[in-house]
Amino acid sequence: MTLTIREALLAFRRAPLLSALSVTTIAFALFVVGLFGLVAVNLRDALSQVAERVEIVAYLLPGTPSETVTLALKDIESFPEVSAATYVSEDQALARARAELVEFRDVLQELERNPLPASIEVKLKAGYRDADHVSAVADRLRGFPFVDDVRFGRDWVEKLDRLQQLAGGVGLIVGAAFAAVAVIIIGTTIRMAVLQRAREIAIMRLVGATDGFIRFPFLLQGAIKGLLGGGLAVGLCYGAWYLIDAHLIHALFFTAPQALAIVGFGTLIGLLGSASSVGRHLQRV
Amino acid sequence: MIKFTNVFKAFPKGGLALKDVSFHVAKGEFAFLTGHSGAGKSTVLKLVYAAEQPTSGEVRVSGFAVAELSRREIPRLRRRLGIVFQDFRLLEDRTAEENVAFALEVTGARRAAIPARVMRVLTQVGLAAKAQAYPHELSGGEQQRVAIARALVNEPTVLLADEPTGNLDERATRGVFQLLRDINASGTAVVMATHDLDLVRQAPHRVLELQEGALVYDSAVDEPKGEGGAAS
Repeated sequence: MTLTIREALLAFRRAPLLSALSVTTIAFALFVVGLFGLVAVNLRDALSQVAERVEIVAYLLPGTPSETVTLALKDIESFPEVSAATYVSEDQALARARAELVEFRDVLQELERNPLPASIEVKLKAGYRDADHVSAVADRLRGFPFVDDVRFGRDWVEKLDRLQQLAGGVGLIVGAAFAAVAVIIIGTTIRMAVLQRAREIAIMRLVGATDGFIRFPFLLQGAIKGLLGGGLAVGLCYGAWYLIDAHLIHALFFTAPQALAIVGFGTLIGLLGSASSVGRHLQRV
Repeated sequence: MIKFTNVFKAFPKGGLALKDVSFHVAKGEFAFLTGHSGAGKSTVLKLVYAAEQPTSGEVRVSGFAVAELSRREIPRLRRRLGIVFQDFRLLEDRTAEENVAFALEVTGARRAAIPARVMRVLTQVGLAAKAQAYPHELSGGEQQRVAIARALVNEPTVLLADEPTGNLDERATRGVFQLLRDINASGTAVVMATHDLDLVRQAPHRVLELQEGALVYDSAVDEPKGEGGAAS
């Protein structure tokens, strides 16, 4: 075991240039994947911020008793799609209008009677903010006898829906393509390292080394290269993110599990790339 | 020790490399394997160290039936053999000492015992003083001695040598050949493939001659031949 580790590490010292080249190649392949990941993470964050504003407003008939409203709020909050339901009385509606619609302040000041209806504002849980769910909740709200009208900006919700689907689909395809390219590049790099040591593999077999004994240092080496490349890629992504965040727009960086996933992905490809290359090679000697 | 019984070897891309070859090399024997290039010498050796499998017939090597060996069992056979090639097959980035130690390490020898065993075989082949040299710093003859030391370090019962002097000048050839004879004298069987007939004539050893894949002469069985055969 110690010999295996020593052999794996010695390979770095014996072929420092090729090792450095492998690690760098892996790092850049994963850096591209990582950059795409950053775009995806930030796009998803932006879209979810927009989606948080999806809200259904049920306007109530004038003179609806407050006990009825309280009961209805409980009822609405128990809908599986609903995260919160808030009652906005006529007075609160007017106060909000005065605060928000500054340009109409004079008109609103002169009112003798409050023209605004009371309403229930319904916020939906994440995952239910698409057109179908919104419509379903709106229909149920219309079923309450004291509800006059229900609004939710149908067009807007549908557009958001399409945008999210598009972003998800494109993200999946482009992400998969980038990942596939990374797999191919890393696989080729690792294969080169194995081919460079083809002679050594042949000699090892001739002097009676078992397949496992030959394979292990390569697997370890592939995994180490993947790990270093992945770490370097996350570092490069951090640098890129830092520059963008500081100079262009505020952006999110990966969470720790996401960054670890990139490093893990690199390690895994390094390991599998070595396993397949050495395996294929061992078949022939 | 090594027993071929009606061995045929056909290669998938056509051509019969060996035709009905049968012979037996006993423990401690020294046997030459002669014949022109392409006569099947290397194929015989490859069958012995299980790099190839016989198409039909039986190859037995120190108790192993080569045709029945699984991939996992091949290393067990090879640890009982020492193999030397014309092109030495040393690792260029390791010293003579490390090249020899390598053969012990890969077979899982006890770490503490390795340096002493390596020095002993390097001394045996006369290269103790150059233990720290890299292959490119050694002459062809010296590189072949390192390869022989590597083959010997696992204390094999048979040493296989495929044209071990093919790349060497006359002086180095004599030295390496004498070394192989010394090794044989201490009890290890040696099978040496060569087309150097001068070398074959020099020594009173067993000769197996191949011609286009067929064993045409075995000095242990046949009458001595005049031209191209054993001792004149």
